[in-house]
Amino acid sequence: MIYYDNVSKIYKDDSVILDSISFGIEPKEFVSIVGPSGAGKTTLLKMLIAEEKPTSGKVFFESTDVHNLSRSDIPRYRRRVGMIFQDFRLIPNKTAYENIAFAMEAAGRSDEEIQSDVPHVLELVDLADKIWHFPHQLSGGEKQRVAIARAIVNQPDVLIADEPTGNLDPFNTYDVVQILRKINDLGTTVILTTHNKGIIDSLGKRVITIEKGRVVRDDAEGKYVL
Amino acid sequence: MFKLSAQRVLKAGFVNFWRNAFVSVSAMLVMTITLFTMGSLMFLGAVLNSSLLQIKEKVDINIYFLTSASESRILSLKETIDALPQVESTTYRSREEALENFKKRNQDDQLVLQALDELGGNPLEAVLNVRAKDPSQYEAIYNFLKPYIVGPTNATEIQGQIIEKANFNQNKTSIETLTKVINSSRTLGTAISIILIIISTLIAFNTIRLAIYSSKDEIAVMRLVGASNMFIRGPFIVEGSMYGLFSALFVLIIFYPLLYWIGPYSAGFFGGLNLFTYYLHNFLELFVILVGSGVIIGAISSFLAVRKYLSA
Repeated sequence: MIYYDNVSKIYKDDSVILDSISFGIEPKEFVSIVGPSGAGKTTLLKMLIAEEKPTSGKVFFESTDVHNLSRSDIPRYRRRVGMIFQDFRLIPNKTAYENIAFAMEAAGRSDEEIQSDVPHVLELVDLADKIWHFPHQLSGGEKQRVAIARAIVNQPDVLIADEPTGNLDPFNTYDVVQILRKINDLGTTVILTTHNKGIIDSLGKRVITIEKGRVVRDDAEGKYVL
Repeated sequence: MFKLSAQRVLKAGFVNFWRNAFVSVSAMLVMTITLFTMGSLMFLGAVLNSSLLQIKEKVDINIYFLTSASESRILSLKETIDALPQVESTTYRSREEALENFKKRNQDDQLVLQALDELGGNPLEAVLNVRAKDPSQYEAIYNFLKPYIVGPTNATEIQGQIIEKANFNQNKTSIETLTKVINSSRTLGTAISIILIIISTLIAFNTIRLAIYSSKDEIAVMRLVGASNMFIRGPFIVEGSMYGLFSALFVLIIFYPLLYWIGPYSAGFFGGLNLFTYYLHNFLELFVILVGSGVIIGAISSFLAVRKYLSA
């Protein structure tokens, strides 16, 4: 479904971020990418959503070369990929409801769909009572759950989670991971990057380890080994 | 689909305008200053124009005809002059009228009246007063008249030379100076207006750019959730247009008491234009220009400012 084909990223000052990385991800897989800071995890994910271009190599989503998409096709493509971040990235002057509704509006969904789906998806992340709160009125864990709700509301094929628990306490971390598992069980491919050894070890899913821009391990039922 | 997007863009624009009230107010303050400058320059231009018009009206040439010239020939020359493209209007005063006026003016002065009787007949000349459409055209009119003017030596009519003198040469320098003053003040006025308008537009543009700079993370998020560029840009353009619209309305409102106060003073000023009356009579034009420029500046500024964060 997703295939990184010999991808390299080298900046102008010759610093190598990614060095000929190749791996594939199957539909409905739950893949964790681990590695020390600066290993290139985030760059790898940014390439998948066409935020960054590889210096050489290709990234395929199904049969489309992601970096061959025209500028006008990129928004449509991104609606098939949900993404959450360490810093949540909610729109500050929109309520929880509006943040999620915005993703649906951008995808051109009808008002009826928005009115029925948004409360539903907020219920899924257990935030039905905070529907009209602004981000600054929510705790970190709640913000991340709104972000997850926004990422999945358009039923994407893939959910990318870039260190989603980096700013959360252990209790909220556990919650978020449970939600990600649930989403994966419902049939969405999940790609997770994290530093949290506990999460990786408890998941018992595929783990790709990256170090200095290279894949050093790729285990089907991996542990956090560095 | 398009209708739905347009509705959503409009609604988002209104909501953002309201929720970012502080940013909106500061952007509108700067826009108000910009539009106020524009409006003031328009009023200044009106004052300048009416002053120039009045100065122009003070310029004319008088043609004095020989007393021996027959009235029918004078009138036929008048018709020819009337037909010249440079001529705005002519006023003819016959010898009889001149005499009557003279008598009326001196009715209390027995000495002058006696002298007039002594002379017998009518010593006064017929006069044709000519006004040109533009002061620079008097020269051409004078050149046209030249063949009709008698030479300095013979004071009698030969070969259709019926004009004794035309006072162009006396007025020549002052007419030329005036033409220069009028032209250069108009050029200077336009240049200053253009420079001020450009400066204030840039300031307004910069303010909106700063306002949108604070939304740059928001724009990045919108792109990540797959919003198309137009869908992201739309609400900002609506917001920018609203800054322009409200600022223009505000400026139009503050001009009312301001001009009500200034009006009588301006009427006493050279040119005699009452700015308050001018404001009332040209309200529609002012409204269209100020609201139009406000909305256009706001919309274009927003468009350009957002573009920067969409291109990455």
